Amino acid sequence: MEYILGIFELSAINLVAVLGLSILTGFTGLFSFGHAGFMAIGAYVGGILTKNLHYPFWVAIIAAGLSAGLVSIVIGRLTLKLKGDYFCIATMGFGEAVRLIFSNMNYVNGARGLADIPQFKGASLAIPFVVAVIAIVVAWNLVNSRQGRNMVAVREEELAAQMAGINVLGSKMVAMIASAVLAGVAGALMANFIGFIAPKSFNMTKSTELTIIVIFGGLGSISGSVIGAFLLTALPELLRAFSDWRLVFYGLAVIVIMVGRPQGLLGGSELTPSGIRKMLADRKAKAAFARAKAGGRES
Amino acid sequence: MSVPILELKGLTKRFGGLTAVNDVSFRVEEGGISGLIGPNGAGKTTIFNLITGVYKVSAGDILYKGASIADKEPYKIADLGVTRTFQNIRLFKNLTVLDNVLTASHMSAKYGLAEALFRLPRFRRDEKALREKTMELLSIMGLADRAEVVSNNLPYGLQRRLEITRALALNPKLLLLDEPAAGMNPDETNQLMRLIGEIRGKFKLSVLVIEHHMDLIMGVCEHIHVLNFGCTLADGKPETVANDPKVVDAYLGAEETK
Repeated sequence: MEYILGIFELSAINLVAVLGLSILTGFTGLFSFGHAGFMAIGAYVGGILTKNLHYPFWVAIIAAGLSAGLVSIVIGRLTLKLKGDYFCIATMGFGEAVRLIFSNMNYVNGARGLADIPQFKGASLAIPFVVAVIAIVVAWNLVNSRQGRNMVAVREEELAAQMAGINVLGSKMVAMIASAVLAGVAGALMANFIGFIAPKSFNMTKSTELTIIVIFGGLGSISGSVIGAFLLTALPELLRAFSDWRLVFYGLAVIVIMVGRPQGLLGGSELTPSGIRKMLADRKAKAAFARAKAGGRES
Repeated sequence: MSVPILELKGLTKRFGGLTAVNDVSFRVEEGGISGLIGPNGAGKTTIFNLITGVYKVSAGDILYKGASIADKEPYKIADLGVTRTFQNIRLFKNLTVLDNVLTASHMSAKYGLAEALFRLPRFRRDEKALREKTMELLSIMGLADRAEVVSNNLPYGLQRRLEITRALALNPKLLLLDEPAAGMNPDETNQLMRLIGEIRGKFKLSVLVIEHHMDLIMGVCEHIHVLNFGCTLADGKPETVANDPKVVDAYLGAEETK
């Protein structure tokens, strides 16, 4: 029972980080391979505040989100003008730099990691779930506001977005900060759930895992990210019976989904009543369009 | 004479050693429809990119309502009321018709980020007003019944129409149309001509249009500016321009051999 609960806790924590990345990658179209860096900042800020300074969990979580957000402002200023692949590489460098800084910081035990961080227990085990629900609501509200639509416009067609009076750099910045705050919060949750953090928990594999989940769930879909986070966090655990082979199966499962459904589970759609209606209507329209084209006439 | 809505003064753009636009000056009167024509590579689209701030001006100035906009960011120029459509349609392809127009009308909503994140009253009020306004615009433009269609699935003519609708959602004062009739048949071109005349009156716009369809240019424009190799060739009323021997040689001459 405790084991199952643990899987759900981890899924909820991963979900918070994935939602953040979903805003940046899925809705704004910026691929980041350094989000584990923001998680690390949150985890260490949360760990130090609860362990060394004895602050309550909530204070640590909020402080973790804010500090990751502050760092993202600096990083955003430096990197958001870069285009596509170059931005990707810059974030990769950022993630590795953060990991190495913590590895060499004596105050947090360097590469040996920070142990004996106060852990959630009893009622406080509900914290990750409460935070996850808040994160879903806030992310949903964001992408369904004018600021969120501006982000999607930037993803779809940057030049046209500018001509529609959208501050492209500003929209990217908002997405970057929102995603960093969520990643930082997830980091603090992780520190207080596991009780131990080390720089190597936030390496590039972690960043890549987050990106895989977002793509697997479908770019531009909050519900896809939620389902993806739960499925892909639980999957390696369910495959534990295969011991050494489990990561191979994990990889295969991702490949199968990507080949069969390149847009991810729910790319661009949402699992809400109106979202499902839209999905069906779109499928019909596409079929009609294909028929019209085949007939050589459009209208 | 009143202040023109747009005035180019000695506008020049160099890309390295190539002068794409060379000392071009003309004006678009408030409420007027002006045409910008010239053979391929004459620098027409470059001028649009300069007006909208996509390219930085090398020399000269661009005045909008008498004030310089040459050094402004593109989105700020759009906020001032100058917007455009593109030669190769640039819609938000994966979004519905409604969302395309809704996105462009974002300046009409005043709520801030915090109000959006927590769905405060102003968010709800503004969003509702925005949707109503968007639907109204869609029905004026005859796209209301397609509101939920993903824009990429629209027929070509309607995609052009949607791009103009999206531009109108910004409440522009000056609309720049870059070859709006490209790829259209004569019937669609006629419809478009009527549409341009209609929206000018309905939305109190001034229009500057780049076009190769001479019947469209001669039909709707009150003033024409002709470019050739980045330089001004002629400027004036359609009849005068059409009879200018230099223009006939450089550009309209091609019509005779057709």
